[in-house]
Amino acid sequence: MSSFLEQWVYTDTVKDHFMNPKNIWKKDENFNPDGVGEVGSMACGDQMKIGIKVENDKIIDIRWLTYGCASAIASTSAMSELVKGMDLESAYNVTPKMITDELGGLPEHKFHCSVLGDKALRAAIDDYLEKNNLINNYKHKVAKVVCDCNNVTDQTIEELVKTDKAKTLDELQKITNYGTKCGKCKDNVKELFEEFKHIYGK
Amino acid sequence: MDSKFVYLDNNATTQVAPEVWQIMSESQQLFGNASSMHGFGRASAMAISKARGQVASIIDAKREEIYFTSGATESNNIVFNIATNIIDKNNGKGRILTSTIEHPSIIESVKYLKTKGYKIDLIDVDSTNRLDIDDFKRKIDNDVVLVSVMSANNETGTVQPIEEISKIAHEYGALFHTDATQSIGKIDISMEKMKIDYLSLSAHKFYGPKGIGALAAKKGVPLNNLFHGGHQEQGFRPGTYNNFSIIGLGKASELAEKDLLKERDLLWKMREALRIGILEKIDDVVVNGNQKYCLPGTLNVSFPRAEGESILLYLDMEGIAVSTGSACATGSLEPSYVLLAGGLDIEIAHGSIRFSFGRFNTMEDVDYVLEKLPPIISRIREMSTR
Repeated sequence: MSSFLEQWVYTDTVKDHFMNPKNIWKKDENFNPDGVGEVGSMACGDQMKIGIKVENDKIIDIRWLTYGCASAIASTSAMSELVKGMDLESAYNVTPKMITDELGGLPEHKFHCSVLGDKALRAAIDDYLEKNNLINNYKHKVAKVVCDCNNVTDQTIEELVKTDKAKTLDELQKITNYGTKCGKCKDNVKELFEEFKHIYGK
Repeated sequence: MDSKFVYLDNNATTQVAPEVWQIMSESQQLFGNASSMHGFGRASAMAISKARGQVASIIDAKREEIYFTSGATESNNIVFNIATNIIDKNNGKGRILTSTIEHPSIIESVKYLKTKGYKIDLIDVDSTNRLDIDDFKRKIDNDVVLVSVMSANNETGTVQPIEEISKIAHEYGALFHTDATQSIGKIDISMEKMKIDYLSLSAHKFYGPKGIGALAAKKGVPLNNLFHGGHQEQGFRPGTYNNFSIIGLGKASELAEKDLLKERDLLWKMREALRIGILEKIDDVVVNGNQKYCLPGTLNVSFPRAEGESILLYLDMEGIAVSTGSACATGSLEPSYVLLAGGLDIEIAHGSIRFSFGRFNTMEDVDYVLEKLPPIISRIREMSTR
């Protein structure tokens, strides 16, 4: 009986982070973050909130909360360990792949929906910079996910508008499937789409 | 580590009963091809005939109305194939009605057949997963050739008013099929009394072996093959007889019929103890499905602010096996269509857990779950964003 329990659905590292998640934001510990970021939605099945303490452009401490499946919990926990002590620019450039590498891999279908940690972290860094009236030099260098359900980034939308591949919102939806799951991104996508059309004179 | 194991996923499949194992292992010598004329063949044929009688008996059918298949998925596919054949013969005239909460073997058949141009409408269910009879009456007319509604739902355990549905179907001249996979051995199912034309069942849901089941078809109703080949099953379902599995299905049917009342009471007692215990020990809980018309051993509960796959895996670490309607466990982004069909909030569906009892469970299992579950839910909620 015990041997079948050993063969878990995720890697041992995922299991460790799931069983003993690191840096959880406990209500009673009085953590005062310098920046807070939140992404995802309960309706999508995954939501993440991250708080960071910053000193000399470095993340000196981090706390998180997650509503989601085992890989969402494990990936946030792994990410929180990964970025502790990291400078802001490197932290801003953390990718989902870096997080899954930390975990020793995730099942394919878990990749897009549950690795939200990097996005939440960027939102927390944005929040920190904004609160301290600092110039955000990182923002436009990194693709930002607009539709969490189908992993559509602002850069993808920009590219499709620029190259005339998506001339209407319908065409954009056909190519990217944005807004076909929870539908919450529709307004944001519309706004971005129109912004890019304006920028590129379409 | 605690070495206790509690299996509460009996709606997914059951452990084979010792009585079933025994008769299957005693049947080693029944290897003859039941279609052969010699003694080996005749011995197998006799054992199969006995099993056919045992299956017929549990659903109040006649022996010759039982056709062995690989299970309910195949039986369901055969029935939809029969319906589309009727429609083809009528030059495309005719419609099929089924519900929004059927098993994937029907829901997916519907999607496929719709791409082929067949007209199929889905009947709504209410918030407890009971069929909306008014919606059914609105959707049925004399064009409908087949109405297919499951006897009880696998996820929520909600039991349908089969007799009433079959009566309405027949008033409009339609044939009536029910997928009784979850019902056998748990609630009364009678082809005769409920006027059922076709019925699907699977052995492994009631302590029989996997890969064997039956389609019961009332004498005189239309039939046609999905497979083509030999003369077995009156030529309707060819393929060499699966002797051992058929014998196992027969025995499982006999046990199910004999123990129906005892099992129903035992399952209900455990299920209710768990339901009441959960409501006492955990706050903010939603019990899904119909609590009056309900399978005795099925309890579907949602824990808002706790996601289903996480609950399932933490329970798994404690040796407790359950299932969830969360999207994360299905591999898609959508949670259970059955729960959503009842109008359940998408977030509540993500946090749903199904506990399904069987005859090998005990009240100690319930106590064990009530000891392990509350701290798991608290722990998950403590790390939740809300």
